Amino acid sequence: MSTAVLEKNQYAATAKPRHIVCEGNEAAALAVAMVRPDMISVYPITPQSSLVEHLAKLVADGRMDAEIVDAEGEHSVLSVLQGASLAGGRTFTATCGPGLAFMFEPYFRTSGMRLPIVMALVTRDGITPQSVWGGHQDAMTVREVGWVQMYCETVQEVLDTTIMAFKIAEHHDVMLPVNICLDGNYLSFGAARVTLPEQAEVDAFMGQTDVNWHAALDPLRPMAVDPLTGGSGGKGPATFVRYRKGQCRGMQNALRVITEVHEEYAARFGRAFAPLVERYGMEDAEFALMTLGSMTGAAKDAVDEARAAGKRVGIVKIKTFSPFPIEALVKALAGIKAVGVVDRSVAFRWNCGPMFQETQGVLYRLGYHVPAASFIGGLAGADITVEHFHRVIEQTEALLRAPAPTEPIWINESD
Amino acid sequence: MSTHRAYPMFDPAKSGVPDDLCPIATEMSPMLPGDWRSMRPIVDRDKCVKCAVCWLYCPVQCIVERPAWFDIDLRTCKGCGICATECPHRAIVMVAETTE
Repeated sequence: MSTAVLEKNQYAATAKPRHIVCEGNEAAALAVAMVRPDMISVYPITPQSSLVEHLAKLVADGRMDAEIVDAEGEHSVLSVLQGASLAGGRTFTATCGPGLAFMFEPYFRTSGMRLPIVMALVTRDGITPQSVWGGHQDAMTVREVGWVQMYCETVQEVLDTTIMAFKIAEHHDVMLPVNICLDGNYLSFGAARVTLPEQAEVDAFMGQTDVNWHAALDPLRPMAVDPLTGGSGGKGPATFVRYRKGQCRGMQNALRVITEVHEEYAARFGRAFAPLVERYGMEDAEFALMTLGSMTGAAKDAVDEARAAGKRVGIVKIKTFSPFPIEALVKALAGIKAVGVVDRSVAFRWNCGPMFQETQGVLYRLGYHVPAASFIGGLAGADITVEHFHRVIEQTEALLRAPAPTEPIWINESD
Repeated sequence: MSTHRAYPMFDPAKSGVPDDLCPIATEMSPMLPGDWRSMRPIVDRDKCVKCAVCWLYCPVQCIVERPAWFDIDLRTCKGCGICATECPHRAIVMVAETTE
């Protein structure tokens, strides 16, 4: 852990952009400090632990005026934040893997109560087999729980996306909890240069906290929050449907708001990230790879080399996985003749990767047949290297001439 | 149930909050334990010596003090029978609630 960047005068006003070198967990913690949360509740779990340590130090050093609640477990962590959010506070937590599993009951309830709680999900592969290493299995397991989930590619994107996540979550047309997914090991501990935004600019960008206008623990506005809706035979199920449709409406609104907030952020801070889907080398591409998270860096290097060698290949990277950016993907993949989808987790039911599984629905909307292959790599912290991606490019190119495989291709199987 | 209310209940329609966000209730519809109790405690005043053991043990605090005995507030008594079990003078018996 670097301590230099945690000195008290770090945020002292200066005209120059400030660059530091830090790991993704620290970048997330610094971003959280900049949005001035009221309450943080956390429980440490690998590979998220150093994020908790950075947050605790920021508070201990007097650089973040937030309450930190060291709850006895993740179930309590998120329950504490539900109360804080209903009381009007801006809230943050971070977890992964087994911690997320222990958090599941309040995790589901948070999206239903439309509480704009922000959580860094330092993605970790699913146990068992025992593993404390990176993978997307934890985030993918909870992709149908009504949280917005954005996957970051770089440490800088972790910092900027964490700031944007609060603005997206708290937007009145969204009012949903947001996960910033940063790859365990590769982004959590990977150190890189990041540019810190100015505190005054972040303050202006965020505006006032207004998170409990719709439901509150407030003696001046008495109400019962999250009551039983009632059973069949009465109005209960219809009431339930109304709220479920509201969640779906919020998720669809999020696609627009995520795009708007990314544009506003780029205009103010000068750093632009693709909000939903990034197209790389897709202008004249005949076939494409699809990637998610930090693996994209190696994929871009491989694609650069392949394009230099005359292959017409591009990359479609998904940043926002939930809500699934269907329209953006239809646009990005239109005209493509073959797709290789690289996942860092498993869709057990379909015997493929989850992103591949969901992409099949998008390919159907293209109106013509696109051969596609599912690649699964990077499980349990395995590296997906540029060499691996060259093999993925070859195997995806082969789909232009030969039938697509019916089983997934396991990238690190023979490492 | 206390009728004291310092502020009117929140009205989402008046405040312009959409009705498909966080589920909230703004009308009281209380159900007290006495509404679903299946066993009712009966105090034998001749046996009660006001030792207050029932008062100490009652999990819902429904024991009410009278001049010469302890009685039960049947609105909040859930009929658990702990008072009858703990009473050292066997002054409380549980009888089945019957349908009206």
